[in-house]
Amino acid sequence: MKIIRVKMADLNIAQSPDVLITSGLGSCVGVILYDEKMCLGGMAHVMLPDSSSMRNKTNLAKYADTAMDILLEKMLETGANKRRLKAKMAGGSQMFNFDSDNELMRIGARNIVAVKKKLQEFSIPILGEDTGGSHGRTVEFYVETGITIVKSVKKGQFEL
Amino acid sequence: MDTIRPLTELSSIQLDALREIGNIGAGNAVTAFAQLLNKKIDMTVPKVNVIDLMEVPDLFGGADVLVVGISIRVLGDMQGHMLYLLQRESASKLINVLGLGNVEEEFTDMEISALQEIVNILSGSYLNAFSQMTGFKMIQSVPSYAMDMAGAILGTFMVEFGQIGDHALLVETQFEIDKEEIFGDFFLIPSQGSLGSIISALGLGAYYEDNPG
Repeated sequence: MKIIRVKMADLNIAQSPDVLITSGLGSCVGVILYDEKMCLGGMAHVMLPDSSSMRNKTNLAKYADTAMDILLEKMLETGANKRRLKAKMAGGSQMFNFDSDNELMRIGARNIVAVKKKLQEFSIPILGEDTGGSHGRTVEFYVETGITIVKSVKKGQFEL
Repeated sequence: MDTIRPLTELSSIQLDALREIGNIGAGNAVTAFAQLLNKKIDMTVPKVNVIDLMEVPDLFGGADVLVVGISIRVLGDMQGHMLYLLQRESASKLINVLGLGNVEEEFTDMEISALQEIVNILSGSYLNAFSQMTGFKMIQSVPSYAMDMAGAILGTFMVEFGQIGDHALLVETQFEIDKEEIFGDFFLIPSQGSLGSIISALGLGAYYEDNPG
């Protein structure tokens, strides 16, 4: 069993019996795609909602829209079937309470919306979601069993 | 507005200048801190981290590490944030040093407010020294507090850097109150759009002059 760590602005896929982990999601959103039959999982740790107005597009895993496109493509290349894919997501918090015109304040909520929009576009159902709030999260995805664990300082850990 | 070029193209002279801001700012803040606590406080030479965004959550000992983070927003001639990170244990010890008694699992409002007030004072000293160097006028917001994973806290400040490029710039100064085993970091996280005016205010010409070396 390998542990594959997905960093901020990063994505990866894994096969059973490996584990995908992303740590310290704040305003970022962690998304998991899963093909149960193929025992194939993918995870992205997105930072920003939208690449379309950005000039800098060297790391496409950073933006929700492009990260989801790439993650789906990688899953399909490795043998996943789009119709079997299921999704789970966590993150999108607001860690600090600055005044509301600050862009930092809205980014978590915008990341959540952007990820959901892409999943809807792909017609991939969301089976579990732990988003929003004001706390950090770590997400572990066990590809073999399909179990997703969300850990946080304030709420302990639970299965999503 | 000038084209914003990658942070990795900053020259070594420009990085030295930013380090000097950290040196003078954090030096001033540490002096205020030492007077406040009546303790000896050591600080490291500030480090200007120009690092890949992916590495930012791990800057303070790992993305999962439990920390207390207090941040203020800076507005005016320089925009950005100051962030103070303390290990959870260190924050408890600091509260003890302040004479507020023994800390339970959760900090009380009073304890959080004391930590925020310290950050208020330290940021004021830091920015005041910076202002005297550059003539910048800046105002600071009230401090905001979080106790959580280091990665979740640090990642929050990466939004603007992420929109511009794939690197972040943080001026980091570590401090420790040796006897009490209190360890923490000050981070100055300037907005990338403010770097040009900082560098020209320090007399180093254009922000994005070609790197001579």
